[in-house]
Amino acid sequence: MLSRRNASLRQNWKKISAFHAKRGTRGKIDNYSENEAQTVPILTRKSAESAYILGSPFFMNVLSVDNLHVTIADKKIVRGLTLSVPRGEVHAIMGPNGSGKSTLAKVLAGHPDYLVTQGKVTMDGDNLLELDPDERARRGLFLAFQYPSEIPGVTIANFLRAAVQARLPEGEELEATDYYAKLYEKMELLGMDRSFTSRSVNEGFSGGEKKRTEILQLAMLEPKYAVLDETDSGLDIDALKTVAHGVNKMRGPNIGILLITHYQRLLNYIIPDHVHVMVAGSIVRSGRKELALELEERGYDWAREESHEMAVK
Amino acid sequence: MKTETSAVDIDRNKGNFSYDVAHAYDAGTGLSEKTIHYISDVKEDPDWVREFRLKALKTFLEKPMPTHWASKDLEAIDFDKIRYYLSGGTQAKRTWEEVPEDVKRTFERLGIPEQERKFLAGVEAQFDSEAVYSNIKKAVGEQGVIFVGSTEGLKNHPDIFRKWFGKVIPIGDNKFSALNSAVFSGGSFIYVPPGVKVKHPLQAYFRINAENFGQFERTLIICDEGSELTYMEGCTAPKFNTATLHSAVVELIALKGAKLQYITVQNWSENVFNLVTKRGIAHEDAEVKWIDCNIGSRLTMKYPGVIMKGRKARGEVLSIALANNGQHQDTGAKMIHAADETTSNIISKSISVGTGRATYRGLVNVPKHLKNCKNNTECDALLINSTSRTDTYPAITVRGTGNAVQHEASVSQVSAEQIFYMQQRGLTEAQAMSLSVNGFVNDLVRQFPMEYSVELKRLIELEMEGSVG
Repeated sequence: MLSRRNASLRQNWKKISAFHAKRGTRGKIDNYSENEAQTVPILTRKSAESAYILGSPFFMNVLSVDNLHVTIADKKIVRGLTLSVPRGEVHAIMGPNGSGKSTLAKVLAGHPDYLVTQGKVTMDGDNLLELDPDERARRGLFLAFQYPSEIPGVTIANFLRAAVQARLPEGEELEATDYYAKLYEKMELLGMDRSFTSRSVNEGFSGGEKKRTEILQLAMLEPKYAVLDETDSGLDIDALKTVAHGVNKMRGPNIGILLITHYQRLLNYIIPDHVHVMVAGSIVRSGRKELALELEERGYDWAREESHEMAVK
Repeated sequence: MKTETSAVDIDRNKGNFSYDVAHAYDAGTGLSEKTIHYISDVKEDPDWVREFRLKALKTFLEKPMPTHWASKDLEAIDFDKIRYYLSGGTQAKRTWEEVPEDVKRTFERLGIPEQERKFLAGVEAQFDSEAVYSNIKKAVGEQGVIFVGSTEGLKNHPDIFRKWFGKVIPIGDNKFSALNSAVFSGGSFIYVPPGVKVKHPLQAYFRINAENFGQFERTLIICDEGSELTYMEGCTAPKFNTATLHSAVVELIALKGAKLQYITVQNWSENVFNLVTKRGIAHEDAEVKWIDCNIGSRLTMKYPGVIMKGRKARGEVLSIALANNGQHQDTGAKMIHAADETTSNIISKSISVGTGRATYRGLVNVPKHLKNCKNNTECDALLINSTSRTDTYPAITVRGTGNAVQHEASVSQVSAEQIFYMQQRGLTEAQAMSLSVNGFVNDLVRQFPMEYSVELKRLIELEMEGSVG
């Protein structure tokens, strides 16, 4: 078991390494030979830390999806999807309706309705698929929902407080004053009125308010990886700018962001490092940010044809 | 489940222990006239009380079980196997030190002395049949407030006691009020003189410690004109293998302009039959408010009521019931309007978990000759699992013109999406459930005194913890 995992991790690294080497963008990676990589045992957190000290945070600091296949009620939705989102980068997945984008988001978060039939998902080297949704969240995965649930009677302040508290070691109590100071700071960033905290989570919220609340939670919980599922849908241009501003403020070396969107519009405000096009359950094209513009111009049919050609080959 | 708890919280496991206690007085099992005479002898009842008891026994034996409308589960009660009176003596102690060691142990474990020091104006603790400890803070006593066990109230304040006793809830009100009237023992007797506003709450604590035991406390509270009082009661029992019966009668009288608030947080173990009759009378411009939280027990049947007898009287029942696996909470409220311009308000929230069943029964009556009466009824049910059950039986009779009634009911369910959403924020399934449940009762709990809302929240968390996976 141990060696198998080790091997698969190595394999994984190879892929990541190849992925970036092809682009020639990651000097750090290019400096590593495969042999060197194999000499580093990537099994425990501890070894990951030592790898970090050696100047390579790369093995562990990545959300990695490998040949993922997903069905819901026997219907195949995701078919062999491979993707790596390292911390410090923003990746965008674009795709037409029904391409499986939202399914991917939910599977990453561990939604019980979806069945993973094949493939792997790891976060910082941990097998995500064997963890409960709450465990994934506490280890640093955040999903901004396309349709966030309402929780009647539970205020935003209390809800977020419980969520922040859930991340503290057992026996440690959250300091109320620190919590509120941080909450108000993040709300200001997102142009939210303080009175918002006493409203029940998402209950009677407008579309824009819901999305803004998702980003507020993102800012408060400071995850290692954030998946934003159609965060732009239902937003007018002002709300979109505010939300984008909030996300941009979060960007940095400690977080990997995966934006899932139907339209290019969002990417004018949150500039991604990489863009992937998803069609019929897998990624058919990846590129730099310019790909989004190309896609906008040429349409998904163009990407679909590509996909078809690939399938024929 | 949790095994360790801090001293002041009252949770299910906290109550789940019992010590062997030698009872000086034991009426044995079964119920007959002999039992009544035994109790009356031990308590040195005056003749009128002995007669009252005997009459009640007759009524109890004559009345059928209310199974034509209530749960058939009532038939599981074997009245011949129950012990009706157990005590170490009838004199309640005034200082904590005087309380017998074995009994003291029990209450210290439940955190009673700490509670008293913390925020109460007075406390009474009942162990099986009799009050073992009763204390009222000096300042409150000096205002003329009487707070003693019912046995002592009957002995030392016969005039006030007899004037009101059995007037709000007559012997024959129902089978279980008759049973209580026959064998009652313990409970609180409170009198608040005119104009006295008792700032801190008085509290009573009821503890069943013996197996096969029936606890029949009788509480009588009189708030004289313009006075104010908050009274709170808490109840626990250990988990025995056989059913235990708790059948109390509580009578409240709020005279002109008085305000009386009665709060119950019940946390019975899951084999207690809890069949309680509670009613208050509100005179002119007076207010009677019941706050009733029912957690635990095998079957609870309880419908606190208010008779609004005087003009502008107000009645209110705020209740929360949580029915967990195998439990049935059959609760509700009764509002009897008997004067003009009276207003009543009922807010009932129930939560059914697992195979738990919550039933709401409401009675609102406004007769034809009255004017400008108002009632508002809201009852909301939350179902946690697909096996959970809820029923609502509202009976609202409003006659005449110029009276207004409003009734709202809702049934909701905690959805899988809601739980997933909360889990995605890092909460465990149990935490997510208890947060939803707390959210559901939140607007109601906000009206409770601080100490009780905190305790209730914790009790709900414990219940939900035990009910998930």
